[in-house]
Amino acid sequence: MADLVAVAMSGGVDSGVAAALLKKKGHQVVGLTMLLWGEGSRCCSPQEVRAARRIAQKLAIPHYTLDLRPSFQREVVDYFVAEYKRGRTPNPCAICNQRIKFGLLLRKALSLGAKRLATGHYARLEAHNGRLSLQKGVDAQKDQSYFLARLDRRTLGSILFPIGGLEKGEVRELAQKLGLALEGKRESQEVCFLPPGGVAPFLKERLGSGKTKITDRGGRVLGTTDNPYGFTLGQRRGLKVAEGKPLYVLEIKPMEEIVLGEERDLYAKMLWATQPNWIEEEPLGKARVWVKIRSRQEPSPAVIEPQGGRVRVRFDSPQRAITPGQLAVFYQGEKVLGSGWIEEVG
Amino acid sequence: MSDIIYMDHNATTPMAPEVLEAMVPWLREGYGNPSSIYRLAQEAREAVETAREKVADLLGADPSEIYFTSGGTEANNWAIKGVAWAAKEKGTHIITSKIEHHSILNVCRYLEGLGFRVTWADVDRYGLVDIDQISDSITDQTILISIMFANNEVGTIEPVEEIARLAKERGIPFHTDAVQVVGKLPLNVGELGVDLLSLSGHKFYGPKGIGALYIRKGTKLHPFHHGGEHERGMRAGTENVPGIVGLGKACQMAQEGIEDEERVKGLRNRLWEGLSSRIDDILLNGHPERRLAGTLNLCVKYVEGESMLLNLDMEGIAASSGSACTSGSLEPSHVLTAMGIPPEVAHGSLRFSLGRKTTEEEVEKVIEVLPPIVEKLRAISPFGKRRPL
Repeated sequence: MADLVAVAMSGGVDSGVAAALLKKKGHQVVGLTMLLWGEGSRCCSPQEVRAARRIAQKLAIPHYTLDLRPSFQREVVDYFVAEYKRGRTPNPCAICNQRIKFGLLLRKALSLGAKRLATGHYARLEAHNGRLSLQKGVDAQKDQSYFLARLDRRTLGSILFPIGGLEKGEVRELAQKLGLALEGKRESQEVCFLPPGGVAPFLKERLGSGKTKITDRGGRVLGTTDNPYGFTLGQRRGLKVAEGKPLYVLEIKPMEEIVLGEERDLYAKMLWATQPNWIEEEPLGKARVWVKIRSRQEPSPAVIEPQGGRVRVRFDSPQRAITPGQLAVFYQGEKVLGSGWIEEVG
Repeated sequence: MSDIIYMDHNATTPMAPEVLEAMVPWLREGYGNPSSIYRLAQEAREAVETAREKVADLLGADPSEIYFTSGGTEANNWAIKGVAWAAKEKGTHIITSKIEHHSILNVCRYLEGLGFRVTWADVDRYGLVDIDQISDSITDQTILISIMFANNEVGTIEPVEEIARLAKERGIPFHTDAVQVVGKLPLNVGELGVDLLSLSGHKFYGPKGIGALYIRKGTKLHPFHHGGEHERGMRAGTENVPGIVGLGKACQMAQEGIEDEERVKGLRNRLWEGLSSRIDDILLNGHPERRLAGTLNLCVKYVEGESMLLNLDMEGIAASSGSACTSGSLEPSHVLTAMGIPPEVAHGSLRFSLGRKTTEEEVEKVIEVLPPIVEKLRAISPFGKRRPL
């Protein structure tokens, strides 16, 4: 019998096409869908489970739904809330990939007898001389390697990204041909478990509210807010201060103060990243790389240098709103070299 | 779908072809509303009443004591709530057990929220309820005792006759959820001395969406649905004629074929013998003797029940872990927990429930397939043998 491959099916067309491609290649395929969250959210909720089941039926592959809600709450949602509480901006997708999708779900897939777990991510795994590397997806617009940069080499060895070598348009065409287009739910982009109201009410419900001063860099009070959680560095909208010039969030200390400043104050050339995860060999000293500091931003040239469990990143040119809590992902060309959590700026 | 080895009869059973056949005319030309006056309707009424007689015959009841419901869950809801509402002036104390089906447990929890007091009787390690505890907890406020006839997860058969006697002595209505028993074991409500008894069609080769509540004459309870005069004003709503006819047929067939249980028991025992001799660290759940003939619930240590289930499904074997209503959740089974089985062991539980169509070949196939699955899962468990997921 051909090798069994499990496919994480979200109910979307990307993972549906991934499953179809594997089946076409002659693999024995089983679909797995994670039930992660029950409240009216967009992803991995009962509706998406249904969409995934319909796709699996269309492809005539066995499909199982695994209820991982308690783990998702503990590993991802609690982390998300705790990061905001500290004034940082969390990256739940990277954490979910590491702990849930390629953590718990992968273990479940292996225990089902699967040799690998495949997903519909736009990223590639290339082997050169027996050494596996994680690379950007062929479709630069859709590349999701940023969110996968916390995976270790051993884990990557158990993964397949069947659509990483395709453009989104090609995937869409394939989905059309396979009759999956109508089954699929819409694109998952925003944080999947947030209700339509967005992050602020979600945090308010969990962290409560309280008066927080809004100040300028000199400590002058410009106003107050009742909802101190959910701010992000560089944010301009929703501040409700009238100073005659555009002001941006520079610093977040929930329940203390939100510091505002001008656009130019947001720029910095250096950051420290912690808990480095090296997919390629860790550089022995300084290394010239490209660094991506948020998902929807092109990588910028920089020099990185590991130093006592941290990595110093010095950009060639100043970067806008380097945000603690986000990932700094180090690229060498197409390859993901490694990553670290942005801890401090400057 | 065709060559599945179906070992989940406690969840539901395949409908008997004879049942389907009996129903078809009432899905086609016999569409009359039994409450109407013309002949088309009279025929439907006659079909409903004939079915009622068949249900009554199987239970040793009078047809006027049989009330059709949408299934076991409704019958259970009605029995508990109906008695509770009717007896509110008299008292607010209900006695049940920790291992009931959720359609009893959650109804009692709901009533707790409304101010009723509930005693949750313990069970021993075989799942037998503690009769002394039930007896001791009775007060002059007690308005109902509800104990299941046989447990759906482990199959243990409860001493309902004794509990019924006890209830009668104290003048308290006694309800039993007999969903897993009706159609499997001969029973007679008169001899048992129960006042209320729930049953469900699809658990014994009848259709889904139909069940009944037996209500002994003179038992005080409120109607469940309010509306028309259907079911003697106790359960409003146009009768599900095809379902009722199907249930009647299933009852008739059960009465004719109950001796089949001995054969099923032999197969079940062979399954246990085969599995327990090939798998280490495997435990039998439920009472070794006082147990439904088709039920085999076991715990395989150091393996997750869910993983075994999915592997079995990929081999074409349908079984379950816990009851179907809860197998989607990660909580260990409340039944196994009440029996004192530690959660890490309970997570490795597996339930095979055999039925009329189960064959020796199917049993041998499971005996052949499961041990290598367990071996594989134990070998690749990322947590090692000592710590299952």
